[in-house]
Amino acid sequence: MSAGGNSNLILAPVAPPSSQGETGFLASAFTPRALGIALGLFASVALVSEAWAQLVAGGERLGILATLWKWAPLVLIGPPREFGGFALNILVSFLAMAIGTVSGLVLGLGLISKFAPVRSVSWAITQFFRNSPWLVLLFFVMLLTPFQFRIGGLTIPFPAWFKATVGLALPVMANVAEIVRGAVNSIPTGQWESAESLAFSRLQTLWRIILPQCVKRMIPPWMNWYAILTMSTPLISIVGVNDAMTLTQDALASEQRTDLLMPMYGMLLLFFFVYCYPIARWTIRLERKFAVRI
Amino acid sequence: MEGLWDFLRSLHDAYGINLVHFYDTFERTRLLRGMWTTIQLAATCVVLSVLIGIIGAWLQGSRFKILKGFVQGYIQFFRNTPPLVQMYFFYFALGPQMPRIENEYGIAQPMLGSFAWAVISLSFFAGAFNIEIFRSGVEAVQKATVEAADSLGFNRWQIYRLVVLPLAVRVCLPALNNNLVNLIKTTTQAYAIAVPETLYIASQIWSDRINVFEMMVTLLTFYLLLVGIFVWLMTRLERSLRVPGFGQ
Amino acid sequence: MTTAWTPDQPIVGIKDVHKSFGPIEVLKGVSLNVRKGEVVCIIGPSGSGKSTLLRCINALVPINQGSIKVEGQEVHDPALDKLELRKKVGMVFQSYNLFPHKTALENVMMAPIHVLKRPKEEVEAQARGLIKKVRLEGKEDAYPGELSGGQQQRVAIARSLAMNPDIMLFDEVTAALDPETVKEVLVTIRELAEEGMTCMLVTHEMGFAREVGDHIYFTDRGIIVEHGPPATFFTNASDPRTRAFLSQIL
Repeated sequence: MSAGGNSNLILAPVAPPSSQGETGFLASAFTPRALGIALGLFASVALVSEAWAQLVAGGERLGILATLWKWAPLVLIGPPREFGGFALNILVSFLAMAIGTVSGLVLGLGLISKFAPVRSVSWAITQFFRNSPWLVLLFFVMLLTPFQFRIGGLTIPFPAWFKATVGLALPVMANVAEIVRGAVNSIPTGQWESAESLAFSRLQTLWRIILPQCVKRMIPPWMNWYAILTMSTPLISIVGVNDAMTLTQDALASEQRTDLLMPMYGMLLLFFFVYCYPIARWTIRLERKFAVRI
Repeated sequence: MEGLWDFLRSLHDAYGINLVHFYDTFERTRLLRGMWTTIQLAATCVVLSVLIGIIGAWLQGSRFKILKGFVQGYIQFFRNTPPLVQMYFFYFALGPQMPRIENEYGIAQPMLGSFAWAVISLSFFAGAFNIEIFRSGVEAVQKATVEAADSLGFNRWQIYRLVVLPLAVRVCLPALNNNLVNLIKTTTQAYAIAVPETLYIASQIWSDRINVFEMMVTLLTFYLLLVGIFVWLMTRLERSLRVPGFGQ
Repeated sequence: MTTAWTPDQPIVGIKDVHKSFGPIEVLKGVSLNVRKGEVVCIIGPSGSGKSTLLRCINALVPINQGSIKVEGQEVHDPALDKLELRKKVGMVFQSYNLFPHKTALENVMMAPIHVLKRPKEEVEAQARGLIKKVRLEGKEDAYPGELSGGQQQRVAIARSLAMNPDIMLFDEVTAALDPETVKEVLVTIRELAEEGMTCMLVTHEMGFAREVGDHIYFTDRGIIVEHGPPATFFTNASDPRTRAFLSQIL
């Protein structure tokens, strides 16, 4: 804001400054009703299709809701004695987030390194993985890494679902690195100077003084990226992993009923919504809480 | 040009670097066509999703609670479900419900093809985010400025179009830029419903010609360039919209 | 609306107006009349409802009870054509509220073009004249962010005048200004008053009120405590509240 008495624009506190644009605008009106509306919408779609099916088929076939009920366990946890389905989506999201966070922290520290070559290499890696399409990166890892590693006499298998996890972890890594850089830069330089005057080394300053102050403002964007990651996990169905998406399509293929299309895809959407919506709400709560007192 | 193709061909013979998608006319043509499809897809979705954002943000200021609730439900649904599943839902579940029309050979075909469905689903997906972005911009516009416009006799739509939106756009351009870059990257998902865009064509070429690595490098370069050009355009737009003494 | 209003009747007629924001009653039965060409100054401690009163006249804020008539037309009639009202009533705000993305000239031209649908050339000629009138020649293409507070406020006055209003409302227009720029804005307002424009000013500038005002109203806690022509008002205030206020200010 300019100082010359011009108060024409004051940024309302709806968008607290954050390293990721996407998190800032998340913080606007969320109504608990939205969850209700979504569930209601799904229920009405299901009921209408149900009525339609009864009308057309005259009750010879299994009703829509009964069919959904039949397939729900498969879509949720995969076929018996095999791990898959929505549970696999969640597992992949956890693992990819863990890998992406740890590597992203390292990369982020590289971005703020005092050593110029490290900084530029980190910058190039970050930009590359942030701006490449997720699906292309996924193909990249799937097709160009071997399905097993051999170290000495030991063979370490590298199954498709794990490769997919690594593929999804790469963009997360780059975005976590950006979050770290943004958070560290938001700490006033006075903190660095006072630590230096107390004879802390640069690493000590970072580890003991700067990073602890960053954690709070990193959490909301980090959670936002977790939600984005989770919503990207169905991509692994394209490269042949037995996730909820693949299994939904398998179920539809074995049923061969067009009246099931909307309810089945609707059910899958609902699974994700029920999982991701609370995370989004929680993120906004934290964002508001941390935004007030930095 | 011929000289360059010959050079690339010699690379294959000498080092095994297979850049067939450059020097082979057929492969080159289909790859370029795929890239053009990606550009068309991205441009259409960018325009439509921005329109959805502008109209949605306007509707959110409406007095009708039902309308507001509807917009809110739309936003939350599209923000919190996977874009890929949304696309499948549109293409595989909604697509067959559409009336079929006869083409010039008298064969019935779906009214909307995979390209159209990709446009619809991606625009709705990015549009949900754009509404929130524009809304945060609208909220940043001072109430007093709106009051001044009101006292000059502007009606509600005029106030939104002439005063609020131009100011809001300037505030939310960085967030909008972020989301649109994300949209451009997400167009690769159209691969899943067989839209002949860059990734889809590339995968055909690498299965035909077994040059996965070279294709990957080409693909990634293409997308980095595409995103780079878009960001450059947005930066220029941002600069041209900059008003002296405002917003710094 | 066909209302038989003649210039000998009050141009603004306010009768027993009540206004509450939630549980807080801001106006508790205010009545006053303004004749055509008159300059009325409303003074009083902050929070006494002066600004709210001006906003009610312009229908920016609805009232709970009472009547406000502008040129014989009831302002709070649900069937009111707000556009007609706003053509008649111009308003200038404490915080100028210029459109920051438009130049000074564009700010002045916008409403006549989009609201009155007048031809652009004609509007531009008028707007340049108004900019000159408020002594801002050469600043036509400056953006609000490049102008001082006093300059912005004069653009805001020109912007209101471009609608050719019959009445101008000034809501503490100098309160946000640096002392040295206050004067240039007051000069502009004085010229308007001298030309016979009907003006209602909410102000803290007692000297100015005394000089240009035809009638002074003193409000406190939502009522008009006392009023009169400046000569008697400032020297012979009868109510102790008025006297206390004046002794603090003068």
